[in-house]
Amino acid sequence: MHVQSMHFKSRAAMKLADARLQANLGRFAHRVINARAAAIAELDDFEGTREAAAERRDRPLANLDVWLERFEKAATARAATVLYAQTYAEAAKLIVEIARRHDVKKVTKSKSMVSEEVELNQAFAAAGIQSVETDLGEYILQINDNEPPSHIIAPVIHKDREQVSQLFARVHEKPRKTEIGELTREAREVLRGHFLSSDMGVTGANFLIAETGTVAVVTNEGNEGMCTILPRVHVVLAGIEKVLPTLEDAATIMRLLARSATGQPISNYFSLLTGARAEGEADGPEHMYFVLMDAGRTGLLGGEFQDMLRCIRCGACMNHCPVYQKIGGHAYGWVYPGPMGSVLTPSYVGLENAVDLPHAATLCGQCSVVCPVKIPLPDLLRRLRERQVERGLRPWYERVALRAWAFAAARPALYRPLTQIGARVLKWMGGRSGRIRSLPLAGGWTAHRDFPAPSGRTFIEQYRARRGG
Amino acid sequence: MRVGLFVTCLVDVVRPEIGFSALKLLESAGCSVEVPATQTCCGQPGYNSGDAAAGRALAKKVIEEFSGFDYVVVPSGSCGGQIRLHFVELFKDDPDLKARAEDLAARTYELTDFLANVLKVERLDSDFRGTITYHDSCCGLRELGVQAQPRRLLGLVPGVKLTEMEGCTQCCGFGGTFSIKYGDVSGAIVDEKCRNIRASGAGAIVLGDLGCMLNIEGRLRRTGDETTRVLHIAQVLSGDA
Repeated sequence: MHVQSMHFKSRAAMKLADARLQANLGRFAHRVINARAAAIAELDDFEGTREAAAERRDRPLANLDVWLERFEKAATARAATVLYAQTYAEAAKLIVEIARRHDVKKVTKSKSMVSEEVELNQAFAAAGIQSVETDLGEYILQINDNEPPSHIIAPVIHKDREQVSQLFARVHEKPRKTEIGELTREAREVLRGHFLSSDMGVTGANFLIAETGTVAVVTNEGNEGMCTILPRVHVVLAGIEKVLPTLEDAATIMRLLARSATGQPISNYFSLLTGARAEGEADGPEHMYFVLMDAGRTGLLGGEFQDMLRCIRCGACMNHCPVYQKIGGHAYGWVYPGPMGSVLTPSYVGLENAVDLPHAATLCGQCSVVCPVKIPLPDLLRRLRERQVERGLRPWYERVALRAWAFAAARPALYRPLTQIGARVLKWMGGRSGRIRSLPLAGGWTAHRDFPAPSGRTFIEQYRARRGG
Repeated sequence: MRVGLFVTCLVDVVRPEIGFSALKLLESAGCSVEVPATQTCCGQPGYNSGDAAAGRALAKKVIEEFSGFDYVVVPSGSCGGQIRLHFVELFKDDPDLKARAEDLAARTYELTDFLANVLKVERLDSDFRGTITYHDSCCGLRELGVQAQPRRLLGLVPGVKLTEMEGCTQCCGFGGTFSIKYGDVSGAIVDEKCRNIRASGAGAIVLGDLGCMLNIEGRLRRTGDETTRVLHIAQVLSGDA
């Protein structure tokens, strides 16, 4: 996906001014937070379960090369082909080559955020291959001029029913439907034809199981089954970090994935797909491929951001993020929004292309409280801020202001008179109302709220006078 | 019991009366309280902005200033969290200072946590009357587990009626320099907080952190709410409100 993260500020401002988006986001946050809380409360021991889930994600990451080789061996034994891609371009090239090799005219896709990283649909289009998104949300976005998703689980959450209704009437050229059931049926009728005429299915992977060579895919609509059973070829596109040693590991994590994501105890569909169709088997693709992609993952391995690779893409961090709740996913400007995106985007597309993202968080900590695999997101954001300072990526005035503050705060003999003068100046600025409506250098504050003026004498000053010290 | 009071930079300059309320609460509970006069800031603004060197310099200063006390008390969950959790992180590569940071962390408490769990205060001399709602500040809640303590203490003030607002644990949008750098996003977040405060019907919003306090008060006043009082919990508990 084209990187727009350098324009975070202006994009966020645009989203804040969009009243319709604000209403849509408000409804969503409320619903999903309550649903998750109820689903998590059903677990006997949430803390113990997330501890176990984090441990089961950490184990393969500690020896990723070994587990990937085991996965490759097991998958190959089931007649699947495992390919590796270092970059987005390589991944796209490999998949287009597979399509060409099998004379593919039409591809049906189930939802995959990695395919957004790769810009896979654009690669198919450039190769003259038709590619159809079959997740309802992704389908809506695709027919709306390839709009990017705004959430990793609920890609079209920024739109309401009315907007979808208008879009369907225009694109499908049918009488306008208004009920959600009718709209879904209309999409299903369109998609059914694509499923039946598809030559190749592309899915992502929630997990890659090393012991069996299996891909695990979670959906609510069952579209993934139509993408993997009907076409002749199935291609799995996955980041290399998705590997888990055993099916049991996946079972542990599945106790938390849907609960954290949508508040469901388990997703409507959970598919475990192993190998191409063998002799005597009734279904499955004739050819199965895995394209396992690095594209920045190994850069996080073994370093201070490795914790991020545990991510199971549930979206709980963004659902609970006060910033995401106000601006939605598009403001972040790349594939992954919210706290996890503010760590991944700078890591994958360059810190210099996402200078705002690590700072676009209040560090309130709620993301790390709800994360099912205990990723310390606020700590990771803070470390990215440190790397920015080290690389001189922050604006000069910010560096000067922080340096000046630190210089003064380290020297009480300088700090005391400065704060005493400051308190008096601010009191004077507050006038009789005791409120400052406009502060130089803090316009971001006073554009939206008053600054309550100090009472004039600092605590230390008064304390010394009282104690005669 | 020798207690060192770290008043925090914001209380020192903007709301000194909160420092005196905290002092009064600690002294009434029998503590011998001292306020090291060289104290300035815990270093959080630099630390959270990516300037770890500045964070370390100020952390070292705080560690030295508060080395001799049995306990260190902070009327702020955010500065308390900085001392309890992040000082140790800052000195992870310096065994000597890390040990001293750990020692300080073990002696440092957020004010209501200290009153409720260390001093086990059972009686308060406060005559506050009215309906209040309580905002759980992020660092106090999520870094230090401050949630039951302020409510238990508020329950000791006979005239206080606590009515919980919706989303009391949701961030107010302050976030330190976030509120200046992304003023519009921060403004939208605090706006929701203010709507929840008004919907609770309480006459006062009570909280334990200066940043949230200035943010919420500033937004309430800007949007024409002249009546809802914005109080630090120390003011309510001490009877100074």
